[in-house]
Formats: sequence, structure tokens, C-alpha cells
Amino acid sequence: MIGWLDALIQGVLLGGLYALFAAGLSLIFGVMRLVNLAHGDFIVVAAYAILLIAGALGLDPFLAALIALPILFVIGFALQHLLLNRTLGRDLLPPLLVTFGLSIIIQNGLLQLFSADSVRLRSGAIETASIPLGGGIAVGVVPLLTLLSAIAVIMLLNFVFYRTTIGQAFRATSDDLEVAQLMGIDVGRIFAVAMGLAFAVIAVAALHLGLRANFDPTIGPARLLYAFEAVIIGGLGSFWGTLAGGIVLGLAQTVGARINPEWQILSGHLAFLIVLVIRPRGLFPRALD
Amino acid sequence: MEAKTPKRVFYIETVDRTQRVSAAIFSVVLIVAVTLPAFASRDLIQNLIFLFYMMALAQCWNLLAGYAGLISVGQQAFVGLGGYLLFALTSPGGINPLLAVPVIGIVSAMLALPTAVIVFRLRGAYFAIGTWVVAEVYRLVFAQFKMLGGGTGTSLDPQVTSSVPGIEWVKALLNVRTPAARDIISYWLVLALVVGTLALVYVMLRSRRGLALGAIRDNEAAAAGLGVDIYRVKLGVYVAVAAMTGMIGSMIYLQKARISPDAAFSVLDWTAYVIFITVIGGIGTIEGPMIGAVIFYLLQRYLADFGAWYLILLGALGIVVMLFAPKGIWGFVSERYGLTLFQTRRKLVVRGEESKRSQRA
Repeated sequence: MIGWLDALIQGVLLGGLYALFAAGLSLIFGVMRLVNLAHGDFIVVAAYAILLIAGALGLDPFLAALIALPILFVIGFALQHLLLNRTLGRDLLPPLLVTFGLSIIIQNGLLQLFSADSVRLRSGAIETASIPLGGGIAVGVVPLLTLLSAIAVIMLLNFVFYRTTIGQAFRATSDDLEVAQLMGIDVGRIFAVAMGLAFAVIAVAALHLGLRANFDPTIGPARLLYAFEAVIIGGLGSFWGTLAGGIVLGLAQTVGARINPEWQILSGHLAFLIVLVIRPRGLFPRALD
Repeated sequence: MEAKTPKRVFYIETVDRTQRVSAAIFSVVLIVAVTLPAFASRDLIQNLIFLFYMMALAQCWNLLAGYAGLISVGQQAFVGLGGYLLFALTSPGGINPLLAVPVIGIVSAMLALPTAVIVFRLRGAYFAIGTWVVAEVYRLVFAQFKMLGGGTGTSLDPQVTSSVPGIEWVKALLNVRTPAARDIISYWLVLALVVGTLALVYVMLRSRRGLALGAIRDNEAAAAGLGVDIYRVKLGVYVAVAAMTGMIGSMIYLQKARISPDAAFSVLDWTAYVIFITVIGGIGTIEGPMIGAVIFYLLQRYLADFGAWYLILLGALGIVVMLFAPKGIWGFVSERYGLTLFQTRRKLVVRGEESKRSQRA
């Protein structure tokens, strides 16, 4: 019984990590209907960037992530501005193939730079610290921080989306691209800002990825799939839905792993497919497509 | 009222003179390809096996993405399925591998149907990642079968690989050893498969359904408005392509004789390369995947030793082509010189005027 309760708690906490992976993707889906197949690989890039900064400046990963965050914003902005904006249009193929190509370039580039050895972000005592909840169940401080960060990121994204001028532009382009352009919105710039913001979220996601587990250059695509599943389970266009989707996925994985350790990933995927069958628009849909 | 203009005759033409020329060229190439094992080295035969199955896979993906608008990054699901079914049917099942191949086609189609019902709930770009998830599910499920080697994989019983009919005949005919004879049989099988795929795509595109497919490719909403049942056409293509891909997968693993979940369901080998081939060659044309496969084969042969740098180059090349020449090499050539080897378009010919106008239908 305790074991199951523990699995549920760990599942919710793991869901926080998946929500962080998914939040950036959800933002990009929402603003420009772009599916970035290199999203997971960029999370891994960010994790290596944090590792490098922490190593070079002798900083704690938390501080290193703070430095990485604006750098990633700029990378995201430039990527969208210089490359991805050229691929947007009626045809679905160019953005998919360009980001798929990027994914392959990033994985192999990282492999050349950092080798296939897995690494981890080190942050001293906090890594192993945990809070006992009684009854033999304890909650790790880092997983708890991950969930809280996910909630904070989603509150922040909601604030930006619904309470700021740039958010108004995001929603306008999301609702109707052509009318937004007619109203004088520089859509290319709005998209670039959205991608920059998504990359800032990626920095936060990468910090927690690196603190919680080992990473290596090849793990990006699996993170993309988790992020995607969380977005679809939650329902397109809703940030809180994405958090819920992440938690559903985290729960499915830990419960599956509890039954048989080999079933962890499989149960997550199956949960996604089941949601797709019974609620194709996700649990909390807002957008119509 | 006024009958000044002479009476004009309209008819639709699907075969023109260049068609007969390309049919002749194609027949010659085919005859050379079939008789090649008599004088080619074993190395060349092995390379051609690789070239042909990549070509067949690219042709399938092209039908899916280039015509039906179903951009899948999960076709490795069916390559791996075909490979694993071959191992399951032949080793524990004791079925002859040649008999197993069509059975695998049927099973792949049967599994593609429920898969399609689920992934078709996702549209466009979401569909792409959805198919990838499904391929991961297939990989993880096959890794559970301990009898098929679990996560580490297994080898095909040598008895199975040498039980392919015709090996003795080839040995006697061409005076070669058993492994070489095995390769030759595989070569002919893959050749038959690539020609079969080509024929299937060609016939399909020239049929009524092909007309519907072309309409969907050009404008989905307009096609629906003209009475094309988009869902059914797409479903049909998805299932047919899955069957072909499964059979190609079984042939690949009959040749490789060793399978593991990570290799059989590899997104890089069976989808990324295939997309690269189709895009470089020219998506939405029959010629494109053939040209793309030859280019890919040459790159692979001369640059694969560079490992990661080679893959970085492929990725960059794919991006550059997508951005600056989205129709690929064949799209460029055919636009510039008005050339088509495989005529699948219907030309409207108007007779009774000074100039013979033709128009794409």
C-alpha cells in the first residue's frame, strides 16, 4: 500500500519535470502551430550549456542556469528569426523536416563535443536531500523543486499570455495570423519572441533534467515525445492542461514501473494513446485545432 | 450563335512519346539488373541490395507524405514489425521465409488499421509525432518478447537463411558458394520488391484513386468539396504503405539475419534516411526517391566513415534543400526541362486549334 502511495507521489513529481519539458512546446504550438522536432535535443543542449557554465565559472547549477537562461532566449530568438520563420506557410513539411534535420545535427554535434558518456549536474547536498512525510515515504527536495518550478513557469506563461501586450500579440497571431498582420503586428518578430521565451523555459527544464538524472547526447527525442504527449493529453492551447498532462504521464510511468520496471516508458505511451482514443482533444482543450 | 471557331475535340492523354522512351529505358535497366549477378562482384550485389531497399522504403514514404499528405516519422514501426515477424514466423514458426513475406504484408496491414484509427485523430504535424510514439510502442512491446531475444535481440537460425528456395539452383547456375548465392537470391527478391513498389505506386497514381490523391496533395479542402472521401483515401494509402513497408522490413532482416529492437525500430535508419532520400530527390514525384536513393547510397559509401560528421552533413543538406529547393533535384529538372519518366498526370489535349494546348489535370 505504502509502495503504491509512494509511486503516486513520485509520479506527480515526475509529472512536474514532463510539464517543464512540455511548457515550451505548448507555447510554440499555441502561438504558431509549429512542431519543433528538435525540442528535446535543445533541452539536452541547454543541459550541456549549464554544465559548461557551471564548470567554467565554478558555479552552482542553479546560478549557471540563471546565466544560461538569457543566452538560450537569444538562441531561440535567432533560430526562429533566421531559420524557422522561413519555413512557415501552408505546407507542413518544411518546418517538420528542418527541425528534424536540426535534431540530427544537434545529436551528432553534441556527440562530437561531449562524447557519448552520460553526465549529470552536481549541486552538493540538495541532490540527496529529502523531506520525510511519515509512514516511510519521503519526498526528494529536487523533485519537489521541479514540480514547483513547473507550476511557477506555467503561472508566468499564463501571466505573459493574458496580462501583457506581447501576450495579446501572441493570442492575436494564434487566433488569426492574417488579421493579426493586418492590424500591424510584426508576426516574424512575435514568433521569434515566442521561441525565445520557449527557450528560456527550456533552460529551466534542462536544469531539472540534469539535476534529477544523467543525460547524454542521444536522449533528446525521448524528451520530445514526453513533452508532446503531455501537451496532447492536457489539450492544445492550455498551459494548466499541459501541467495536468505532464502529471498524467508521470503517474502512468511510475505506476507502470511499479507493476514491472520494464514497463515504465511503455505505460506512459499507452496512457497517451488511451487518452487519444477516448478524448482526442485532450483533457482540457482550449484551442480548436 | 456564332460558330466561327472550328469544332474542337478534347481528350485526356496519359501516355505520350517520352513515356514510350522511358518505358524502353526502364525495360533495358531492368534486364541488366536481373542478369547482373552473372557478372557482378558480391560486394556490388550487397551494395545494390542496400540501395534497392532504401529506394523501396523511400517510394513508400513518398506515397504517404508526398501524395497523401501523411507526414509520418514512424515508418520504422513497420520495418521493425516486418523484421520481427520474419524471425517469429520462420524460427519458432518453421514457415519458409519466402512464404512468410506475403503473410507479413497481410499482418502489417491488419496492424496498420487500428494504428491508423488512433494516429489519424492527430492532424498534420501532430500526426508526425504521434506516429513516432506508436513506433516506440512497437519497439518497447517487441523488446518484451523473451523468445525473440528481448531487449538485446537475436540471430536468425542459419538453417532458415539457407532454406530459401533457389539457393542450390543459383549455386549450380552461377558456380558460387552458398553465402554468395544467398545474397543473389536476396538481391532478386529486393529487386522484385522495389519494382513491385514502383508498379504499385505507378498504378495507384494513374487510377481513379490516384487522381483523388493528387487532388488531396494540391488542395485538401477543394478535394473534399469535389467529393473525395479524404479519410478513406488516406486510410487506404496508410494501410497499403504499411503492408509494403512490412514486407520490405522482412526482406531487410532476412538479409541482415540479426535483429534487435533498437536497430529494427531505428528512427534514423528507417525514417530519417528515407525522408532525406525523398526530399533530396524530389518529394511528390516517382522519380525523386529513385534519384535520392542513388545520391544517398553514394554519400553513404564514401562518407559514412566520418560517422557523426557524415550525419551532420546529411542533416544540413536536408535543411538546405528544404529551404532553397523544396522540390528536390527531380522537381528542379522536370520543371526546367519539362521531363517526366513516369507519367501520372493527365493531360488535357485540345485539338482543332492552331496550337496544341495542354493543361495539367
